Amino acid sequence: MSVKTIAGLELNVSDEGYLEDMTQWNEEIANEIANEIGIELTPKHFEVLNFLRKKTEAKEPLTIRGVGKSGIVNIKELYALFPKGPLKFSSKIAGIPKPTSCI
Amino acid sequence: METKNIEEKSQTIEKKPLEKVCIICAKGSIEDVYATLVMANGAVMEGIETNVFFTFFGLDGITKKSMNHLHTATTGNPAMKMPGGLPFPTMLGGLPGVESAVSGMMRKQMEELDIPPVDEFLEMITAGGGTIYACKLAVDMFKLKQEDLSDEVDSIITIGQFYELCDGDRTQIIFT
Repeated sequence: MSVKTIAGLELNVSDEGYLEDMTQWNEEIANEIANEIGIELTPKHFEVLNFLRKKTEAKEPLTIRGVGKSGIVNIKELYALFPKGPLKFSSKIAGIPKPTSCI
Repeated sequence: METKNIEEKSQTIEKKPLEKVCIICAKGSIEDVYATLVMANGAVMEGIETNVFFTFFGLDGITKKSMNHLHTATTGNPAMKMPGGLPFPTMLGGLPGVESAVSGMMRKQMEELDIPPVDEFLEMITAGGGTIYACKLAVDMFKLKQEDLSDEVDSIITIGQFYELCDGDRTQIIFT
């Protein structure tokens, strides 16, 4: 665990840069993490991020299949929004822990 | 002691992440096909370029008629357990209906874990940019045509063509 300044706030993050406390998250933080990865966030991105956060709050497991069935995006669109890391990058930007799912 | 040495050594070497995986599936039981699909999908999700080659009985996993009705071996499978964990008697595995009941149960348990059926799994892999190939020799041997295969299958190619796709020094070939 380490401390990182994101969007002017000092936040505890994991070694891989995932927020330790998801309640500290805000849209500015999301934008800054996304920039680091090389993704520019659109309203569609935020719909996915909020969906992931809701699922995590409810302690439901995250899978790309679940996101694909959410009605927000299909799996192909999810890959287009978060290239090369549909769950890994989206979780990081959403301020939730690194997903442990294999699917 | 040995393990520690390896750790120390690996710290000094620069990390070279995997860039491409080429997975070959030659068997058609539920567990063989799913092992392939889980590894392929996992690679795609990690941003690794992924090519999957189905050959011999593995073709069942991409043949429209059979892909969602795969089976597992209830005889000659030492890892088989009864519900509750007792060993599964081989004699029982040979009785009519037992194998399909066991295979059905396996598919149901996978669905509970949000593991998709084969056709949907193939779609997930191609949606993420993975590519699925069928082996020409095996397709000819089983007298199949491209239209018998899942729409997610890119093309029918020879093993030589598949090896050409496996270039690059950060590429691994996995045989399941």
